[in-house]
Amino acid sequence: MLATIPVLGMVAIFVFLMLRLTPGDPAAVIAGDNANAEQVAQIRAKLGLDEPLVSQFVIWITKMVQGDFGESFFFKKTVAELISQRIEPTLSLALCTLVLAVAIAVPLGVLAAHRHGSWIDRFVMGFSVFGFSIPVFVVGYLLIYVFAIELGLVPVQGYSRIAGGFGSFIERLILPSITLAVIYIALIARITRASVIEILGEDYIRTARAKGLSNRVVLMRHALRNAAVPIITVIGIGIALLIGGVVVTESVYNIPGLGRLVVDAVLARDYPVIQVVILMFSFVYVLINLVIDLAYSFFDPRIRY
Amino acid sequence: MKSVLDIRNLTIALPKGSDRPHAVENVSLSVGAGEIVCLVGESGSGKSVIAHTVMGLLAGALKPVGGEILLEGEDVLKVDEARLRELRCTRMSMIFQEPMTALNPVMTCGDQIDEVLRTHTSIDAPTRKKKIIAILERVHMPDPERLYASYPHQLSGGQRQRIMIAMALILEPVLLIADEPTTALDVTTQAQILELIRDIQRERGTGVLFITHDFGVVSEIADRVAVLRLGNLVELGPTEEVLRRPQHAYSRMLISSVPSMTPKHRDRDTAAIVVLRTDGLGKTYGGSSFFQKSRPVRAADDVSIEVRRGEALGIVGESGSGKSTVARCIARLIDPTEGRIYLGGDEVGWLSSRVLRKHRRRIQIVFQDPYRSLNPRRTVVESVIEGPMNYGVSRKEATERAKSLFEIVRLDPRALDRYPHQFSGGQRQRICIARALAMEPELLIADEAVSALDVSVQAQVLQLLDDIRDKLKLAMLFITHDLRVAAQVCETIAVMQKGKVVEYGLVADVFNTPKHVYTQELLKAAPGKGWDFAAFAPA
Repeated sequence: MLATIPVLGMVAIFVFLMLRLTPGDPAAVIAGDNANAEQVAQIRAKLGLDEPLVSQFVIWITKMVQGDFGESFFFKKTVAELISQRIEPTLSLALCTLVLAVAIAVPLGVLAAHRHGSWIDRFVMGFSVFGFSIPVFVVGYLLIYVFAIELGLVPVQGYSRIAGGFGSFIERLILPSITLAVIYIALIARITRASVIEILGEDYIRTARAKGLSNRVVLMRHALRNAAVPIITVIGIGIALLIGGVVVTESVYNIPGLGRLVVDAVLARDYPVIQVVILMFSFVYVLINLVIDLAYSFFDPRIRY
Repeated sequence: MKSVLDIRNLTIALPKGSDRPHAVENVSLSVGAGEIVCLVGESGSGKSVIAHTVMGLLAGALKPVGGEILLEGEDVLKVDEARLRELRCTRMSMIFQEPMTALNPVMTCGDQIDEVLRTHTSIDAPTRKKKIIAILERVHMPDPERLYASYPHQLSGGQRQRIMIAMALILEPVLLIADEPTTALDVTTQAQILELIRDIQRERGTGVLFITHDFGVVSEIADRVAVLRLGNLVELGPTEEVLRRPQHAYSRMLISSVPSMTPKHRDRDTAAIVVLRTDGLGKTYGGSSFFQKSRPVRAADDVSIEVRRGEALGIVGESGSGKSTVARCIARLIDPTEGRIYLGGDEVGWLSSRVLRKHRRRIQIVFQDPYRSLNPRRTVVESVIEGPMNYGVSRKEATERAKSLFEIVRLDPRALDRYPHQFSGGQRQRICIARALAMEPELLIADEAVSALDVSVQAQVLQLLDDIRDKLKLAMLFITHDLRVAAQVCETIAVMQKGKVVEYGLVADVFNTPKHVYTQELLKAAPGKGWDFAAFAPA
């Protein structure tokens, strides 16, 4: 847990420097095309960008530690305000995707392993190749075309807050979640299958069968839990990658989430927003890693930290 | 005597393209109530296939094509899957070879036994627990309450096998199938487990089909013996009868291949130079690291031994005794933490890896598992000549040498261009020996080099090592857990326990008048100690 702090510190320095050292001037973006050099310099001074790098960093990090995330150059709002507005859609989308992916992929993988070599196994493997190969935006537009436009089952795009009723919330969330989930279903199903097949060859599976247990019990109680460690690892990596996928999906479905915020902020060279969002993402990564490590020792008593 | 298991004319087909059409052919045998029948044979004889067929646990590729298996009159080949599941653990149970892997690592032992009761009975939880504690006590587990909540990795191999036995016998089945249940255990543990199986079996009148390759075990436990060769039953009879007067040539060959416990007399050349000497050799693992409290393990402690030219020193001991650690330190595969190692006149224990390189050639090792110690993607000639070529021998010369070495280890030199998977286990071990000899070492370390081999092959490899030793005047360090092998191969022997050498001397002295308690225990626990198999007579 303590390891989080140096990791976050390094990310902070890295993000800060990367933004400063790449070309592009937020003052120029804010000032617009018609501004003269003096106006740009004025804006730069106002934003504190004329200070030396070190003192800029010290000021920023001190405020961060105090809980002041700063103010957006561009949106004229505090970063905290911006994020709190945008976090719900992203979180809902990520969670819904994750639940969907795990709920579909794990049983599918176990089934494929159990019926190793049968048509269902080949179907799962075929689907996972498909899931890997097809880009997120293609899946997105295809699903919109079929389910929203042709069948009219769900709205085409947009987002409805959970406070506005669960029905309309889930109605607008389901297509983007499926879109995002496709690749994770492919990934997790494949790993689950491989991992369970390996475990099914273990001696203790033979012992379980020799006890007279049914196939279902052997699979779910004995095989799956032993196969859990690689599956959890992949789910963890999946969550981390998910955040990247969210950006595209939010654009396709026009969802006002963090992904869109980052895109807008990068285009506007909105340093404070980019810095905080990236720092937040990396904090989430570290947290996920921690949860995964704890999950390992929950599933496998031999692993102790 | 009422028979609980009756196998009649059982034939099991192998998949097409195998080396023979049937895994098991026309085998008939029965196990009576309260009787222990040993099924003996070498690897590939089909003994495990029979056991798995009875339980209905056969792998998909193998199919019973003829005969019947009657469990108390009910043909288990004809019943459906549901009935088969009902029979398992209630009427017939099985225990397996590898106690380390046969238990589910993520479930507690108690839970795993409880699962049997939950599946097959409708007893309520408190009664189940009581029953489990009772059976744990019956299999002599210390502190059953604690073990109930333990995970398998917290137990020793012997304890795990006891858990397996408890699990198999809790519902008092009429038939217990034991598939090499003690092969992976140390001799002293093996003796205890054999005794336990025999006691419980007598007490409950359970019929036992006991599969083993070890005639020592057979002589300890069997009422009757069935000898299997390549899927055919070649001999079946009372134990005494088969061990004393085997009728079939194959049984005779098998039994006479078992090394004798009586040490072989060897003349010693007292003037021979000392090739290897260690002085207070020690290896301590796990010094303190920054985050963890130090829990040092002394894997080897104050080991002082010597081996002369043309002689073999045996290091015997149970798993964890440190015998392999000593071998690895001497070969400098790991670095010793104390003491000195002299090779000829040179101290090699503390040389830096750069200086050590020119001495590496002088010590070569043959490892236990011939299946994993050769690179599967290189032809065997590449494996054999790689070492000499590293030391500047030309490819042509090294290949010539490989050819002559293949003759010495009695392999066809024309087979040099093949890959390891094209050889049998015994042949691979010969290749490993040739590979070691290609370096022209002064000391050859055999680390359990014959333990994974069938007895008949083992006898050949031992003979080969003997011949090579005489011919090349090699010094050998022979690491083994098998006292019989040590008795036949070595001049001197060191018995190790918990990292220390507890007894060290001439083989005949140690075997005939063991001084240390542990040596006495080891000798007492050796299975079939009362038999001199080669002579077909009690020792």
